[in-house]
Amino acid sequence: MDDFYREFILDHYKRPRNFGTLEDPDVTHEEDNPLCGDRIRIDLKLREGHVADVRFTGQGCAISQAAASLLTEKIKGASLERVRGFSKEEMLEILGVPLSPIRLKCGLLALKVLKTGLYGLQRWPGEEG
Amino acid sequence: MIRAGGAMTARSRGGRSPAFEVERIRQDFPVLGEKIRGKPLVYLDNAATSQKPHVVIDTIRQFLSTYNSNVHRGVHQLSERATEAYEQARTRVQGFINAAESREIIFVRGTTEAINLVAQSYGRTHIGTGDEIVISAMEHHSNIVPWQILCEQTGAVLRVVPINDDGEMLLDEYVTLLTPRTRLVAVAHVSNALGTINPVREVIRLARRQGVPVLVDGAQAVPHLKVDVRELDCDFYAFSGHKVFGPTGIGVLYGRARLLEAMPPYQGGGDMIKSVTFAKTVYNDLPFKFEAGTPHIGGVIGLGAALDYLDGVGLDRVTAYEDELLVHATEALSAIPGVRIIGTAKEKASVVSFVVDGVHAHDIGTVLDHEGIAIRAGHHCAMPVMQRFGVPATARASLAFYNTREEVDALVRGIHKVIEMFV
Ligand SMILES: Cc1ncc(COP(=O)(O)O)c(C=O)c1O
Repeated sequence: MDDFYREFILDHYKRPRNFGTLEDPDVTHEEDNPLCGDRIRIDLKLREGHVADVRFTGQGCAISQAAASLLTEKIKGASLERVRGFSKEEMLEILGVPLSPIRLKCGLLALKVLKTGLYGLQRWPGEEG
Repeated sequence: MIRAGGAMTARSRGGRSPAFEVERIRQDFPVLGEKIRGKPLVYLDNAATSQKPHVVIDTIRQFLSTYNSNVHRGVHQLSERATEAYEQARTRVQGFINAAESREIIFVRGTTEAINLVAQSYGRTHIGTGDEIVISAMEHHSNIVPWQILCEQTGAVLRVVPINDDGEMLLDEYVTLLTPRTRLVAVAHVSNALGTINPVREVIRLARRQGVPVLVDGAQAVPHLKVDVRELDCDFYAFSGHKVFGPTGIGVLYGRARLLEAMPPYQGGGDMIKSVTFAKTVYNDLPFKFEAGTPHIGGVIGLGAALDYLDGVGLDRVTAYEDELLVHATEALSAIPGVRIIGTAKEKASVVSFVVDGVHAHDIGTVLDHEGIAIRAGHHCAMPVMQRFGVPATARASLAFYNTREEVDALVRGIHKVIEMFV
């Protein structure tokens, strides 16, 4: 059991970091995983090619919510290049627990929301044209 | 069936019957001796699928190892034996649900296929634009989607009988939904997500009063209650072998002969024809008209063995014992702070759906799994029920007659552990 719900996962679940919403975000995106009922929304504020601020809200299992919390910590202040390069493998490594195929969706939902939100973006803020 | 608050339990209803020998019965089910992560398996996911007794496993093994062959076509002895066993099982099913004739028993893959058969064969010939099909708000997806497909094909309209906060069908609303445009009613006998036992007798009476046929989805009823299709007076009754201690891949559609006879085939192929020429094909008689292709012979024979086994245990005793387990589980789970039971109908089968404040059902499922306890977590193929109760998912413990009070107590301890971890 302790292998699965490691202390830091439970900690992020019970005390999520960067939880909430941003006023006037540059990017906001929400998705759910209808099979589980997990739902994540991520708001981003961008400045000079960096993630100036990030918040998430959501509901769902400990894995999905802890993953979102952990992800926001990783990308806050990071360059967009770094965020784009952030891979599934990296996300799973951060979670550090072996996930069954069904639970994989939970673990990767936050990253999917982030990527879809960012790639859906047409124009970076501050860029003219 | 329990009544609210456990005011009337099996005991008060029928006097004290001789003790149900659950420990002896457990010996009949090899899986129950398994260990999960070193802990004894506590299998509480019977609504998803039930475990199989030795006699079912042995019957299938015997078929495969001593008289395996095809049915209804060989002139040789093995085929005769297989055909005889196959048709005996049909008679077995007929007796089990008290159908008038064995040709009213159609073997299909499961409840899902039975309902699709009725939707496509009966539905496409009897239901048209503007006609209405009535279902309830607590149906399994397999008693929703086939009707939605039919509605798309024909322009018919689906009407849904609402349920109250206890998960009971609102009969008053049902009556108002029965209109001159109603062509079919399709309801679950027992809800897999809530455990509710629907008043199907009354539902059928009201529909038939105005000549509307009724299909009953009996997937969750047959393992728990004595079912008598003639007493119910239903037109179609569907159930799955794997939920009544038989194999997967086999199920039953009961249909009134008069209706089945008038229905076109669902699938074409071997076995369902009398003669074929390129000019004209003559369909076979019932039940073969609806059994195209080589059937799941071992499955049918295994299902027959399962029903024999269940008869041997005695469905009345099963129902009474499961009632006691349900009362115990309901009381014990309700007593845990933060636990809310979803589905509190007065008439219930031994299914307990619940949510825990602040914990997602999948986390409950995972923690319990690490204790060797198998439950279901999710939407139970009844997303509209989840929406009705405003929850993304529930955890569900579904009990069979081989479960024990001690297993329910293990579940309760497991839930305490869940709360300790997550809240
Ligand atoms: C009420 C109900 N109806 C239909 C079904 C579908 O049964 P099957 O998947 O065996 O076809 C189920 C199975 O979960 C059920 O619980």
